[in-house]
Amino acid sequence: MWSQSQSSIHSSESDAADCNLKETELTLGLPGTKTAAKRYFSDTVEDLATSLDKSKFPTYKEQVVGWPPVRASRKNALKSWKLVKVAVDGAPYLRKVDLEMYESYEDLMRELESMFCGLAIRNHLMNERKLMESVNGIEYMPTYEDKDGDWMLVGDVPWKMFVESCKRIRLVISSEAIVLGPRSSSKCSGST
Amino acid sequence: MMNYFPDEVIEHIFDYVVSHRDRNALSLVCKSWYRIERCTRQRVFIGNCYSITPERLIQRFPGLKSLTLKGKPHFADFSLVPYGWGGFVYPWIEALAKRRVGLEELRLKRMVVSDESLELLSRSFTNFKSLVLVSCEGFTTDGLAAVAANCRYLRELDLQENEVEDHKGQWLSCFPDSCTSLVSLNFACLKGEVSLGALERLVARSPNLKSLKLNRSVPLDALQRILTRAPQLADLGIGSLVHDPESEAYIKLKNTILKCKSITSLSGLLEVAPHCLAAIYPICPNLTSLNLSYAAGIQGSDLIKLIRHCVKLQRLWIMDCIGDKGLGVVAQTCTDLQELRVFPSVPFGNPAANVTEVGLVAISMGCPKLHSLLYFCHQMTNAALITVAKNCPNFIRFRLCILDATKPDPDTMQPLDEGFGAIVQSCRRLRRLSLSGQLTDQVFLYIGMYAEKLEMLSIAFAGDSDKGMLYVLNGCKKLRKLEIRDCPFGDMALLTDVGKYETMRSLWMSSCEVTVGACKLLAKKMPRLNVEIFNENEQEDCSLEDGQRVEKMYLYRTLAGKRKDAPEYVWTL
Repeated sequence: MWSQSQSSIHSSESDAADCNLKETELTLGLPGTKTAAKRYFSDTVEDLATSLDKSKFPTYKEQVVGWPPVRASRKNALKSWKLVKVAVDGAPYLRKVDLEMYESYEDLMRELESMFCGLAIRNHLMNERKLMESVNGIEYMPTYEDKDGDWMLVGDVPWKMFVESCKRIRLVISSEAIVLGPRSSSKCSGST
Repeated sequence: MMNYFPDEVIEHIFDYVVSHRDRNALSLVCKSWYRIERCTRQRVFIGNCYSITPERLIQRFPGLKSLTLKGKPHFADFSLVPYGWGGFVYPWIEALAKRRVGLEELRLKRMVVSDESLELLSRSFTNFKSLVLVSCEGFTTDGLAAVAANCRYLRELDLQENEVEDHKGQWLSCFPDSCTSLVSLNFACLKGEVSLGALERLVARSPNLKSLKLNRSVPLDALQRILTRAPQLADLGIGSLVHDPESEAYIKLKNTILKCKSITSLSGLLEVAPHCLAAIYPICPNLTSLNLSYAAGIQGSDLIKLIRHCVKLQRLWIMDCIGDKGLGVVAQTCTDLQELRVFPSVPFGNPAANVTEVGLVAISMGCPKLHSLLYFCHQMTNAALITVAKNCPNFIRFRLCILDATKPDPDTMQPLDEGFGAIVQSCRRLRRLSLSGQLTDQVFLYIGMYAEKLEMLSIAFAGDSDKGMLYVLNGCKKLRKLEIRDCPFGDMALLTDVGKYETMRSLWMSSCEVTVGACKLLAKKMPRLNVEIFNENEQEDCSLEDGQRVEKMYLYRTLAGKRKDAPEYVWTL
């Protein structure tokens, strides 16, 4: 049901990610529960778009390098683009990043770090991701607005799902972020 | 008779001979014609940058102004040539600069172009006008910035399908305010954002701009402002066409496009919202060329609706999501069509969106002028190919790629020998052919027998024995490039007529049955051939056994001898 409404909204490119969601549900969701997307999973979820393709079309041609004879540049160009704006509390400007250019949260954090000079990655408390301004010690926490308009903590869902869902990114000062909702509250807002 | 004319007169007559082939023929007539021809030749084409040295080129053609160079083998496009193989342009630019050649135009294909070479180029040739890079790599936007800043008379900067590292620099802002000579600007392959202000100002001060291809970072409102300033454009590549159709920007664009009466070629639409397509309908009836092969956002009925407006198309590049039904519409609508390319939208097979023999037969019935085809499809039948051969005898290029490389005719479960046989038999002007599907030696017998004008042949997963390759080598007298992968052709096929390779530009064989010993023998017999074998998996110091099968072999004729820039895994025998 949920996935159907998704595919009518999104173009075919997002269908893969749509299946991706379904796949994650099958793999990790509890049987019978109708949980929505806002759960978080271990970071070991592999690139499901590709694994799904392989299971559907397990023909030998996929293993053959250079067949079908399509230029690598053409394949790359067909990859979708996903530009989102990035805001930092206190910075007078926004920047844009293309989420499709990154493979993981770590990649993205590295880019954000170089984008806004003065911020340094700080791995804080297990998986929670925070950026830290090294000069005056203000802690930033990366948050994002998801497709439902809710503000979530970056890192809550598998990377692919994040890329699909993220509408914009905001690095908020940690003390203010607590209001937005750590994981426990995000779970609540997700289940209906 | 002509030898009694003074040199000046002959020179003047030679000015009218432009084609490379004719100029080559002239230079073979006698010593005096050779001399006159070489002193007056301005344009040179070199199909393999390792076939001759830059020094020899400059020595022979001191008046050189335009140079076209090709680097890596064609199969490099499909990742079959390992990284770092070669094809560097720097030594060429260095030599040309050192000898003060008045270079004005440089066209490169599949070459490694460093920022350093672009920098040197931009500073060395004061009258430099045109840079065309196709499928090149190794440079960044910094190199482009140097070209923009230093080439004061630049007319053309055309970047087609290159791998460019984007430093998000302001390369476009580096065109000086005095630069007003641009005729053609194509940066569709760049990934990063460009300065829209600089772009708009550059377009505004380029009254001769005819061709402009934008990348996907250029949004709809910027496109509208650009078109207002350049209504003279003939060739437009749209980056992004995404906006709310109710918005002012969209309505403005719709009105602006009505004034762009000279656009005859449209491409791009890299980022597109289908509901915005109506804005471009007014220019469609004038289009002779439409390239939607990167427009992943246009599908199904939107695509068909757009095509229905394009009644004058001569060239159409499109993705297979158009389907057989859509190709039927193309056949009805575009009766002048000469060139068709249908690319796979999902390279690894999305059976929901695909084309088959049905679409191709429809095209062949509706488009009798068709002479050039690239067709990625899921299946093909002999009956369809025979019909196509009958309907379109004018093919010059016929490239058929069945995604499942060894698939037989699904109706009869027979190989496609008869179908391709019909193509080579009917299309007597065929110069380029790519085969796929299940094929036996029989198809090569037909090719050798009928394809007299064939210059380039690509073979994959085909044939049964050495005979297959021999039919081609013996039969196709005009053959210049032969590329073979995963075929059971071995030493006998390779060594039967070694003289043939001096008449050809190159031969590629990968995953065939050729052995190291045979390659060594060939290299020894033919000193003017470079026989390269690639050994990616071998230890450096491990010498190759003669009986060992060669994974990849690339051989080409050359006057330059062994190249010195080869990486370790390349062994030149």
